[in-house]
Amino acid sequence: MFDNLSSRFESILKKVRGKGRLTEADVDEVLGEIRAALLDADVNVGVVRNVVARIREAAVGAELSQALDPGQQIVKIVSQELTAMLGGETLKISYASKPPTVVLMAGLQGSGKTTSAAKLARWFKSQGRHPLLVGADLQRPAAVEQLRTLGKQIDVPVFSEPGDPVTTATRGLAEARRIGKDVLIVDTAGRLSIDADLMDEIRRISDAVTPNYTFLVIDAMTGQDAVNTAEAFHNTLAIDGVILSKLDGDARGGAALSVKEVIGRPIAFAATGEKLDAFEQFHPDRMAGRILGMGDMLTLIEQAESVFEKEEAEKTAAKLFEGEFTLDDFLDQLQQVKKMGSMSNIMGMIPGMPKAAKGAEIDDSMITVTEAIIRSMTLEERRRPEIINGSRRNRIAKGSGTTVPDINKLVKQFTEMQKMMKRMGGMAALSGGKANKKGKPGKVNPLKMAKAMREMGLSDLAGPGGGMKGFPPPGNNPSGIPSEGFPDFRDFR
Amino acid sequence: MNSAPMILLVLVGIVLLFGIGVVVFNRRKSALPESIEESAPVLVPKVVEAPAASPASVAVVSEVAVEAEEPEPTPGAVRRFARAAGIFNGSFAVLRGKDKITSETWEELEETLLRADVGLTTTTALLESLKSRVGRKDISTPQELLDALQGAMAGQLSSNSRELQFDSSVKMPNIWLFVGVNGVGKTTTIGKVAFAQKALGRSVLLAAGDTFRAAAGEQLETWAQRAEVPIVRGNEGGDPSAVIFDAVQSAAANNRELVLGDTAGRLQNKSNLMEELKKVRRVAEKEAGTVTEVLLVIDATTGQNGLSQAEQFALATNVTGVVLTKLDGSAKGGIVFAIETQLGIPVKLVGLGETIGDLVPFDPEEYVRELFAEA
Repeated sequence: MFDNLSSRFESILKKVRGKGRLTEADVDEVLGEIRAALLDADVNVGVVRNVVARIREAAVGAELSQALDPGQQIVKIVSQELTAMLGGETLKISYASKPPTVVLMAGLQGSGKTTSAAKLARWFKSQGRHPLLVGADLQRPAAVEQLRTLGKQIDVPVFSEPGDPVTTATRGLAEARRIGKDVLIVDTAGRLSIDADLMDEIRRISDAVTPNYTFLVIDAMTGQDAVNTAEAFHNTLAIDGVILSKLDGDARGGAALSVKEVIGRPIAFAATGEKLDAFEQFHPDRMAGRILGMGDMLTLIEQAESVFEKEEAEKTAAKLFEGEFTLDDFLDQLQQVKKMGSMSNIMGMIPGMPKAAKGAEIDDSMITVTEAIIRSMTLEERRRPEIINGSRRNRIAKGSGTTVPDINKLVKQFTEMQKMMKRMGGMAALSGGKANKKGKPGKVNPLKMAKAMREMGLSDLAGPGGGMKGFPPPGNNPSGIPSEGFPDFRDFR
Repeated sequence: MNSAPMILLVLVGIVLLFGIGVVVFNRRKSALPESIEESAPVLVPKVVEAPAASPASVAVVSEVAVEAEEPEPTPGAVRRFARAAGIFNGSFAVLRGKDKITSETWEELEETLLRADVGLTTTTALLESLKSRVGRKDISTPQELLDALQGAMAGQLSSNSRELQFDSSVKMPNIWLFVGVNGVGKTTTIGKVAFAQKALGRSVLLAAGDTFRAAAGEQLETWAQRAEVPIVRGNEGGDPSAVIFDAVQSAAANNRELVLGDTAGRLQNKSNLMEELKKVRRVAEKEAGTVTEVLLVIDATTGQNGLSQAEQFALATNVTGVVLTKLDGSAKGGIVFAIETQLGIPVKLVGLGETIGDLVPFDPEEYVRELFAEA
């Protein structure tokens, strides 16, 4: 998601980074490429025009600054503009004092309203709420059945009755009050923004249920028309936020970014996969970092914290640093990582992930293959992979349905990681303060750790992203956008 | 946040190890011989013959049939599309009023094309060739420039193979597969195609190969009833290849000529799902039947990602044509220029609404003319 856009920006900005002087031709070239990158990402033509003009204006005045060289200033300006475009704060949901809190879903056909309604219901449930879904899409064949099936999967009741969508929505509201549900999510039929009759219908639905939140569902693959659609729906309904669907594709999502600029409403949620839990609140500031290739450490850490037990994690880290981390531990950890979502999603959030890994297609079935290999090993082999000889290898390959070279690769990589982690642990323990006798690395100093990682040729992993509290980026980060000697990126927010 | 750096380290280690590993395994995976399990025993397909004349379905069918008898482009369809061509109209009308070609003219043209999702590469190519003609004094007024642009754009859509391929000399039945990303309108399109093909006198059978999305089968079944054609369904969550395979077997046994195969929407960057689709295509013609069309359904609102969709789906399934849906909205579907010129895949059908007769053959002349039409 947004990956293509971020790699485009990375290569554009590489050209100016570290330049002492920028000629007008330099600026023109960079701006031209930024324009092309944004247009290819489906950012609205008018928005692109404005953004490029603002960047040019800021770049011309940039020579005045002493602290940054002109190249760095361009990077800074672009990042500011992107952040502004994505919108500032995360939309905070507040609940109606007199329940239920009513949410109305609107959008074009096929944008993903029904699926998003169910995902949203699941999200509210995870917040400790008790949602009721209303199927008011009486137009598309089997839309209500779809909602009922999804409702069953997430254990949320669904109300619908054939006839008129306005009546169904009204009755749904009464039903929510009757059975004491505190959130009501109304799914509606897809409609074209130029269809006056249907736009009038959804306005009447809105009048009937007086929603606290009206969400416009927009497909991340939408082109220039997203802006027209958003404006039309906004004029009819007063949109509170956008739900961005299908963000797990390879679309660059530029249309959605333009929507914020045009209707002034933020992206509230983003759907990042087909599974019903692949749905998260959208954090504009974090996403800007992600687009600029700086990763999204905050989300990553939040997700990690939600699945890893703190004590378990400390134990594992200790094992890692002492070189006692076995394939068995690795198997355990894989189970944890799996809970955090898809591999490619996690990789996307790690700042400066090596290009080779980022570019590779991360298929979650690969986890299964790795698991199969490890599970085909005996406990002893998992503890001491060095005892794996030819015949053991053959057995493991057969047992896991893989080939001998696969086993070799896995063992080799594992051993290398083990060594690397041990060295890193050594350095962290030496430099990082409270390491105790057992080599348990109390508080790790991230700066020094990053330095250690860099010394080991792991520079690509050394740079944490911007905006992460208590984990300032190191001064020297050769991977992401911030260039050599580039100051703390948090200042730019 | 105290434990954060540590958690992170563990994670990074694992992810790093994994990331490298993935490259290796991916390579291996593609080299492995594929195992085909077309005879998945989980699934017991049921053939639902459309109810002949139950009172409930009669109402639906007859209501639809009135306006749908004629699958040819109706004046109604054209008018709807014309109404949608708003953006082009406005800016071109302004240009026509001027008497000189200035740098503003070019900017205006570029923005207009970009707004229609034609894309920067195609737009630049179109305008560069026009610029050189203006340089040679071939063209001197905005009116001539617009006419030349219209000609150039129509010229890009010059494919002459827009006919849907039906061949009664191949191993029967003919199989048409419908593929595409989520939410573009595959199921609806199949319903409409079924209706139109039946009207041409062909015996049609639908295969509900979208076993993933909740209630996709029910949706297709509704269309089957409307078009009065039989449908083969599998279990939700079952193997789509098996459903299509069984549908083809059933069609062959009952002398049906054409199987329309629905597939689940999938994003083109999900390699496992694209592999699944390859298998669907392979298994479809394993015994009886020949795949004569693989139609990629693309939503007219799609932006530049449409090109990536066409590329990836073509790689996986050898796409033979594009169905451009939802062209009755405010979107222009300009991505089809890139798809036709860069990938050579012709647009064959256009969707202009939700009723059963709203799917019409794509007419490039008309399409471009409508883009340029005066309000």
